[in-house]
Amino acid sequence: MNNSKTNNWAANSAKNTIVLGYWTVAWVLTMALATFGPKFIWQSSDTLTTLAIIINFAVGIGMILANIRHLKGLDEMHQKIQLEAMGISLGVGLVAGLSYSNLDVANIITNDAEISYLIIIMGLTYLVAVIAGQRKYR
Amino acid sequence: MKNRLKVLRAERDWTQAQLANELEVSRQTINAIEKGKFDPSLPLAFKAAQLFGMAIEDVFQYD
Repeated sequence: MNNSKTNNWAANSAKNTIVLGYWTVAWVLTMALATFGPKFIWQSSDTLTTLAIIINFAVGIGMILANIRHLKGLDEMHQKIQLEAMGISLGVGLVAGLSYSNLDVANIITNDAEISYLIIIMGLTYLVAVIAGQRKYR
Repeated sequence: MKNRLKVLRAERDWTQAQLANELEVSRQTINAIEKGKFDPSLPLAFKAAQLFGMAIEDVFQYD
């Protein structure tokens, strides 16, 4: 067996995951900077706020590209698990998000609909769907 | 789809990890294929058959 050739695949896959992790951490940090910076660091300077948002957006694009690279580097079973999880997350996000919005429009809920709740629901759905997928093929 | 992956691997005294490395997939994927929980794509099935030096129909059978 040719282990050197094949270990490259595993090493590349691990590297892609680590790189995606770095981009995700960078995105979260720049998001925190853009969110809390205007209030706690530079006291509402529009220039700095705009700059922080642009940086966050640019890092977000980097994170998306790293995610694409990560997905392409997975083997076909794990790509299938990810595809199913993303499909479920998108569906839940769409259905739950619009229902939530309708509840807000109809004034059935007292608070304004917040996008952060939708993101939390989609994130948790994705997490559960990936774990369920891993168990399904175990 | 049935397959003889586990038997062929055992005959050669290969571990799941070794076979996974050779086919450039994860060990979990080999395990899922052996258990019949995941059907490999045609390219992966051909690659596995080629690795064992056999025809694809001698490794994978449609049931």
